[in-house]
Amino acid sequence: MKIELIISGFGGQGVLFAGNLIVLSAMREGYQVTYLPVYGPEMRGGTCNCTVIISENEIASPLISKPSFLIIMNYPSFVKFVPTLKKGGTAIINSDLVKPENIENLDTLKKKHKLYFVPVTSLAESLNTPLLANLCVVGAFYEITKIFNKKNFKKALKEMLGNTKAHLFEPNLKAFELGANYIKNNYK
Amino acid sequence: MKTKKILAKGIEAIALGALEAGCKCYFGYPITPQNEIPELMARELPKRGGVFLQAESELAAINMVLGACATGIRAMTSSSSPGISLMCEAFSYIAALELPAVVVNVMRGGPGLGGIEASQGDYFQAVKGSGHGDFHFMVLAPYNAQEAYEFTAKAFEFAEKYRNPVMILSDAILGQMKEPLVLKKLRIKKYNKNNWALTGAKNRPSRFIRSLFLSSQELKGKNLKLAKKYKKMEKDIIYESLVNDEDKVIVVAFGSIARIAKDACLNLRKKGYPVGFFRPITLFPFPVKPIQELIKNAKNSLKFVVPELNCGQMVEDVKLAVNGKASVIPLPYPPSVIPFPEELEKEIKKCLSSLSSRKA
Repeated sequence: MKIELIISGFGGQGVLFAGNLIVLSAMREGYQVTYLPVYGPEMRGGTCNCTVIISENEIASPLISKPSFLIIMNYPSFVKFVPTLKKGGTAIINSDLVKPENIENLDTLKKKHKLYFVPVTSLAESLNTPLLANLCVVGAFYEITKIFNKKNFKKALKEMLGNTKAHLFEPNLKAFELGANYIKNNYK
Repeated sequence: MKTKKILAKGIEAIALGALEAGCKCYFGYPITPQNEIPELMARELPKRGGVFLQAESELAAINMVLGACATGIRAMTSSSSPGISLMCEAFSYIAALELPAVVVNVMRGGPGLGGIEASQGDYFQAVKGSGHGDFHFMVLAPYNAQEAYEFTAKAFEFAEKYRNPVMILSDAILGQMKEPLVLKKLRIKKYNKNNWALTGAKNRPSRFIRSLFLSSQELKGKNLKLAKKYKKMEKDIIYESLVNDEDKVIVVAFGSIARIAKDACLNLRKKGYPVGFFRPITLFPFPVKPIQELIKNAKNSLKFVVPELNCGQMVEDVKLAVNGKASVIPLPYPPSVIPFPEELEKEIKKCLSSLSSRKA
């Protein structure tokens, strides 16, 4: 088992937090993991991505050219990373910012890959927490892969929020559940 | 024994390793991409009765390290390439005074201010030219968070064992990526400092340490003493070797690119190619003998392939070690063009099939 995941979106969408959270949950599940953020003069509104590898065996290279899994939060990321997705790979796409009807070669893409369109931005807004689109997408990722269990996820989330942000645990968990349920209701 | 597994950046692992070794003083000046080290030290050192101080410049920071080490206390600094250059004068003095300082260089692109992306452009500086005069750092190059933790702690032991500065050579990729880290208790040996440390002359005759030797005999003696020490360090050479006697190509790499190279080598092996992997962990002293052993044991004429995140630096040390007994092929990757494992695989395959091999 090996998941090679790239999460990409605007700076400020919580892409790095989401990557961190997935990695920590998978580590608590007992997997080998690496997490590599793009490291440059990043800024809010610019593009931002991170590479996450989850594996049963030791991970050597933290870099990958062909991901097996993508989380796409905005249009520029769609253009940049979907062509690199492995054949038979999976992508979760933020359908609020990448509308399926605007994708020219949608049918060929669907034949090659497994695509999940999830309106994570509006899901997060429906909870009055627009900044938690990243947690919705982590929820969707969890529901699709089941690579870690919910107990380990909760542990990881608590660890990431720490004492100073402990009050954000419940809203984060809600957004997570909403993303997971969206997959359950629409794709299963 | 209590162990804790955390998710840590490579540079956090370095700071935690230093704390585990009982580092009591940190002096530094901020620079990307190593700021998490001073951040963690600022938080943790005061709790442990240590001193954290952000100096007014790199020059001040390294001279504070010099002063602290002269009293026999475990002290360190960290910086990234341009900051390390600023410290070079003091490195020379620390080596001359034979002080056990630990210095961390989280390399970024150069020369000049360069960029903040990963690079291995400071290899020469670290192993050969970190200041004037005939001296060397002992240089350790970890390649994951666990090694960063353990070797940084070990660096304090080596520094005291040889009374010589030790450098941890990391880079922006290793520093910024997060990995599982097991915080295990490490056994770090302490060495007696009572015969040289400047601790106040109460109840003993006064002593001083110096780096000025105007008598030519004395200066010659000092240099020979240092040279002897560097020779002695060869006992503590560390490396990783995944080589079979049947291999025809051996990839030699250190630090972050060694991870990518290891992936490429293991993939090629799985496909049946005779490719080995060799990773120097101590860059000074360089694992010359282990490389010569590889050549001696090889059943075929060997090619050494040396991928680096620079235009070809360690490849020179590989050539010196090989000493004409095998061919050596550089694979330079200057900063910002870090190769993927597949690309490296292709390059290694090319070396395997090319006719450039020559027998000694």
